[in-house]
Amino acid sequence: MTNIAEKISPGDKLIAELELNQDSLTGSDVIRSTRRNALKSFSKQGLPARKSEEYKYSPVNRLFQKELSFVTASPVSDEKENSFALAGLDASVIRILNGVVHIPVSGFDSATCAAWSLKSLPKEELSFFENHFAHYALPDTDPFIALNTAAFQDVLIIKIADGAALAKPILIQNITDSTHASFTQPRIFIHVGKNASVEIIEQFASTKKEYATVCNAVSEIVVESGAKALFYKLQNDCAGLQLISTTQVYQHHDSHFDTHTVTFSGSWTRNNLNIVPDGEHCETHLNGLFILNEEQHTDNHTLVDHRKPNCESNQLYRGILKNKSTGVFNGKIYVRPDAQKTNAYQSSKNMLLSDDASMYTKPQLEIYADDVKCSHGSSTGQIDEEALFYLRARGISADSARILLMQAFAKDVVNTIRIEPLRKEIELLIEKRLAN
Amino acid sequence: MLSIKNLKAGIEDKEILKGFNLEVKAGEVHAIMGPNGSGKSTLASVLAGREDYAVTDGSVQFLKKDLLEMSPEDRAREGLFLAFQYPVEIPGVSNINFLKTALAEIRQYKGLPPMEAKDFLKRVKEKQALVELQVSLANRSVNEGFSGGEKKRNEIFQMAMLEPVLAILDETDSGLDIDALRIVANGVNKLRAPERAFIVITHYQRLLEYIVPDFVHVMYNGRIVKSGTKELALELEEKGYDWIKKELGETIEA
Ligand SMILES: Nc1ncnc2c1ncn2[C@@H]1O[C@H](COP(=O)(O)OP(=O)(O)OP(=O)(O)O)[C@@H](O)[C@H]1O
Ligand SMILES: [Mg+2]
Repeated sequence: MTNIAEKISPGDKLIAELELNQDSLTGSDVIRSTRRNALKSFSKQGLPARKSEEYKYSPVNRLFQKELSFVTASPVSDEKENSFALAGLDASVIRILNGVVHIPVSGFDSATCAAWSLKSLPKEELSFFENHFAHYALPDTDPFIALNTAAFQDVLIIKIADGAALAKPILIQNITDSTHASFTQPRIFIHVGKNASVEIIEQFASTKKEYATVCNAVSEIVVESGAKALFYKLQNDCAGLQLISTTQVYQHHDSHFDTHTVTFSGSWTRNNLNIVPDGEHCETHLNGLFILNEEQHTDNHTLVDHRKPNCESNQLYRGILKNKSTGVFNGKIYVRPDAQKTNAYQSSKNMLLSDDASMYTKPQLEIYADDVKCSHGSSTGQIDEEALFYLRARGISADSARILLMQAFAKDVVNTIRIEPLRKEIELLIEKRLAN
Repeated sequence: MLSIKNLKAGIEDKEILKGFNLEVKAGEVHAIMGPNGSGKSTLASVLAGREDYAVTDGSVQFLKKDLLEMSPEDRAREGLFLAFQYPVEIPGVSNINFLKTALAEIRQYKGLPPMEAKDFLKRVKEKQALVELQVSLANRSVNEGFSGGEKKRNEIFQMAMLEPVLAILDETDSGLDIDALRIVANGVNKLRAPERAFIVITHYQRLLEYIVPDFVHVMYNGRIVKSGTKELALELEEKGYDWIKKELGETIEA
């Protein structure tokens, strides 16, 4: 009574579905050929195996236990949409729903910033887009990049004009809303023009926690010379979501990229943050904060690939793990032979609040230049009992004392959030997360 | 207000307090002196509720309640205050936020409404002046980067803010320069009141010139072995502890 279908691996099933769908997916000839190559690349790689070094602490088989299918968008009620609002934040909002882009008519000043879905991309912008698309997030480097590049339904394209200084942040709400076990592939491309400055928040959310939905998001960000981009990733309201979120950044000389990855919810989250400062005098800040509960799993993989001299990168990650949660921090720093006078730092500190929580930390520094300053530090510990007693001895309850200490622990990262309403919102969320 | 009877406590297999007795009445100041390692800080910790120490025998009544049954925070809310021998640094928790939280929780416990922000700030300013603590409390974390003397002053400042019923000062004088010693002592003296009591743990008679005690006790090997008035402190300063140990040896032999 063996069913033949049962013998097909989840990866092969995805390939079969994609091969059937290839013709119906959107894109110019160039994009279609990129898709086909990506599918070939995925067919070669397959889903990461158990022994895969890159996914060792985050085996992906549990994501594909249920039969998943690629979905098309289904509507989200207004009420649901509003529940993801960030209080007090005045931003231009773009929504991506199950990988399909919804851009409001208002809210964008075309002189400084334009946003399109792939379908609405003007003809005169096509070659610009084709010259960048999938040039940074390379399908051959990761099976999930390959999958997304083969299967995306739409692309959010944001172009910030040279010299533009955006008054308002851009809020991208990346929402997964499904009524069955689905597999979504949101895709974003952001181009920050020369000497421009922009603040972008990418907010992940899901509407239903009862379905084993998997979201495989890929963003490519190009920061042109002299430009400054702040990029915040907020993973809240993601209950039940299983998320692979890849952010691939390419920095030109004298640019500044400052990013935060804040993870509060999501049952399983893998953040791949790959940054290539490929010009002199780049500055890069990677900050991360996660507070995990129950059986949540969060894996932050970072890669900073220093290729040119006189650049600086700084990584600051803090994690608080409760109950049976698991955290991973894998921070790679490459300093290539040309990248003399690189300053690269990395700090990962974690606090375990239960004996059942676990944290895996792996710094990986590969340095091929001699005149550089690189350092890393990581620690995983418990709450400081001496400090806890001191606070209690002043009349503060054990629970509030713990919250004070954990807030203090998270503060290193919170204090670096430059958008005030966002910082306030995150402070509130932290308090809420810590209290339960 | 405080009645300690035959208190025995220790850590793991080691007994540190070996039948400690002390009666403290409202308005009194008791000084406890004694050689290093005699158990003075352990006594203070056990009274404040540090869970590392196991109480194996005896009782402690505080304001007619069983102190040993209470959590550390409830002891503080009932009016017990310990100025730590080694105040800890708590990076990331601002002094002001810490005090605000402590005061709010103490008031809530007592069924009092929260303090108005402006009254709170007024009190902070006033008490800070009292101990001449010049650090910016709003911008700095609890004890972080404070000098040894500043940490001690901060303890007295917190005491002044919280207005306890019973304050235990564990070597608040050590590490203070001569001026600071006077300032801290002055801070304590300003708080002396008929309804309030102090237990002052110290190695030096000098502090007791400023904070004049009603009683002086010598602690040795987990117990009070001699009690007297402030003259006892002078005698100790002069002769050290050997004569007491000798006396003790004799009484044991006898
Ligand atoms: N947490 C602990 N673990 C192990 N031993 C301890 C602990 N706390 C106290 N002791 C021991 O108990 C004894 C009494 O220590 P305690 O700190 O109470 O002395 P003290 O009288 O305050 O000394 P000092 O005058 O040096 O401050 C010492 O021998 C000390 O080593
Ligand atoms: Mg001591």
